[in-house]
Amino acid sequence: MRAICLYLHVHQPYRVRAYSIFNVARDHNYWNTDFYSKQSNERIFKKVAEKSYHPMFDLIEGNIKRFPDFKVSMSITGTWLEQAEEWDPSLIEQVRRMVATGQVEIIGETYYHSLAFFHNREEFESQVARHQSRIQELFGFKTRVFRDTEFAYNDELGAWLDNEGFNKFGFRGMLTEGWDKVLGWRSPNHVYRAPGAVNTRLLLKNYRLSDDIAFRFSDRGWKEWPLTVDKYQNWLDMDCLRGNLINLFMDFETFGENQWADTGIFEFMNCLIERWLSVYENKFVTCSEALELEEPADEVSMPQTVTWADTERDLSAWAGNSMQEEAENILYGMRSEILETGDQRLIEDWRRLTTSDHPYYMCTKYWNDGDVHAYFSPYDSPYDAFMYFMNAIRDLQYRLLNDKKKRNLS
Amino acid sequence: MKILMLGWELPPHNSGGLGVACLNLSRALASEGADIDFVVPYTADHSDIDFMKVVSALKLDPLFRYGMGAYDSQKIEEVIIPDASEQKLISIRDVQAKYCDFINEYLMEFKPDVVHAHDWLTFEAGILAKKNYGLPLVAHVHATEFDRSGMNGGNPVVHAIEYEGLVMADKIIAVSKATKKIIHDRYGIPWDKIDVAYNSLDEDFVTSDYSFKADHYKYIEAMKRLGYTVVSTVGRFTIQKGLSHMMHAAARAISKEPKLLFVFAGDGEEREQLMQLAADLHISNNVIFTGFVRGQRLRDIYEISDIFVMSSVSEPFGLTALEAAHHGNVLILTKQSGVAEVLKSVMEYDFWDEEKLADEIVAVSKSGALKSTLQDGISREYLKISWDDIAKKCIQVYNEVSKHKRNNF
Repeated sequence: MRAICLYLHVHQPYRVRAYSIFNVARDHNYWNTDFYSKQSNERIFKKVAEKSYHPMFDLIEGNIKRFPDFKVSMSITGTWLEQAEEWDPSLIEQVRRMVATGQVEIIGETYYHSLAFFHNREEFESQVARHQSRIQELFGFKTRVFRDTEFAYNDELGAWLDNEGFNKFGFRGMLTEGWDKVLGWRSPNHVYRAPGAVNTRLLLKNYRLSDDIAFRFSDRGWKEWPLTVDKYQNWLDMDCLRGNLINLFMDFETFGENQWADTGIFEFMNCLIERWLSVYENKFVTCSEALELEEPADEVSMPQTVTWADTERDLSAWAGNSMQEEAENILYGMRSEILETGDQRLIEDWRRLTTSDHPYYMCTKYWNDGDVHAYFSPYDSPYDAFMYFMNAIRDLQYRLLNDKKKRNLS
Repeated sequence: MKILMLGWELPPHNSGGLGVACLNLSRALASEGADIDFVVPYTADHSDIDFMKVVSALKLDPLFRYGMGAYDSQKIEEVIIPDASEQKLISIRDVQAKYCDFINEYLMEFKPDVVHAHDWLTFEAGILAKKNYGLPLVAHVHATEFDRSGMNGGNPVVHAIEYEGLVMADKIIAVSKATKKIIHDRYGIPWDKIDVAYNSLDEDFVTSDYSFKADHYKYIEAMKRLGYTVVSTVGRFTIQKGLSHMMHAAARAISKEPKLLFVFAGDGEEREQLMQLAADLHISNNVIFTGFVRGQRLRDIYEISDIFVMSSVSEPFGLTALEAAHHGNVLILTKQSGVAEVLKSVMEYDFWDEEKLADEIVAVSKSGALKSTLQDGISREYLKISWDDIAKKCIQVYNEVSKHKRNNF
């Protein structure tokens, strides 16, 4: 049997509006802004819903109905769920319908799409727990497979997974990047495990075949453009010589937003699913099924943190400059004081700031080349992103002070 | 290739950036092999310049140059200069007329391949060279009358000369995309006729020895030791520079971060108004006016300052930003400044957005991380454009226009 494990990541952050120092201590609204402003979460969500979520959900649901062997796994962040509930609840309804068929698996992660694992273990676990329970409430589904924000992974996280992850949350496996520097001659088309792991396994992204779709599909400078289903099917066949499990992991927004509808991405995907399943031995599997396809081929060790970002595949897009470090250190440094207040709105505002998109907007790595970081940022510059974020932090500090005063009085 | 440069000033007899830009450009062009005759409207010793021939069009003393600065277009009809030879007073228009006469005569002997005219001051002479001798004309725009007037009207005589020069030129070089856009939008010149060649730092500025002279700004230093952040701006106090917006922003920033010291270095018609405004806003204690500064004192200001603001309503390029960057300042620039097109590690705002400027000043003064990230970034960027690149661009333009040279004259 040959299997494609298709996994899509669904996420929207709560962007901080152009929150100026003159708003600090006066107006605690960091998130909502004028609909037409650059940072309008509502406008961006509705735009992406129209271009990507709706057409791609429809495509997936259509194929689920047509093919019992078509399976998809999706991770959906808590911040996305909240925005969908507010601005387009039909999307939640549709996910619920798809999950009910048993052909869609939801993957566990941090509710706020944060890098909390690298800052505060307690916060990390509480966000994982919150996500698991929210998915259970909304879809009646218990997550069994985990992914960390930005596919971040290292041996420490592998060890956490095999112990706390398995014992507290029931996770059986985790997804991460199948980066050459780690795998060496080994192929990502097998199941692996972390060093010494006994309870859990790893699935590694086949980044070449994934990125052919996610990044290169519409690149006219690419020598393989235009990518046809025939050609891609051929590559899949060839790649199966290295193992029969093809892990296609990508952002959900690949479909319709990163690759626009007029590139033919939807037709390509529709056709690919049908073509793949037309061969007798071919299947799609969910991540849970993929983990059980075979015994782990080997142990893989990643002492250094790996992510799925940029050519470096490390955390430098989130923690590569001193602004990012300062912002995150101050943010996580406030945690215990914030939680002590028991003020749910304050805690919620603080947690929304843990979303990894915030430090990503402050990335200066390729700022000069005006690349993807600039394209996906709702701010004029990484410096503006930092400024507004820090103003929000100052306001949180102000609220903390006020809260203390109140409690001292009572 | 023989080039006739029509200029108005060269250092040290310059009133602003035009002379500096012309000198550096000519030096780089000469090292690319260009043979340059550079005409100025006064007589002075320029024997230190050995890479081109400096030609004097008039017997004026350069001292009077300061009174007829390239930028004071509002004063062109004013009578300002005593002409030693003719014993009567003349205006810029008279100087320009004589400059033209001289060029007309000079071209009888000298046969250049291209005539390169700098700003409206010498456009008429350039047009004359084209009309009378069939020479291809390159018009170099360092600033338009729209910039000088803060996008409000401007002097109609200057507009008329500028317009004719731009129409007659075979090719136009603008110092930024912002300037290109003004030339296109306001004067209706075809987009393709305009090339962009940015400016760069004065080579002498980069290479000369400099050390901070501690006794120049003792007070500012003392305040810095008390934890103050120094925010400076340098330039002529005219409407173009948008300084009253900056003063309002200063007041707003001080309301959030009292340990801010603003240094307004320069002079100009808005000076008293700005001092009055600082008093009205109750921030006089945090605002320092240094008067006109140049040389060592100017560099000391850059050196002592943490943040440099370019608040211009419209700035064709903005060389002072590069100078401040050379001294390690964090740059905050209006989006209307040409220099912002080539720098990325800067904070930007719209010239009218006082709140954003205040926000940015407070953010930099409160965060060491933001300050150091911006400083690290800008230190790698500010020398990216070199005068050699700019000269290569000019030569490309010369080659293009020399096709238009007519030999039947």
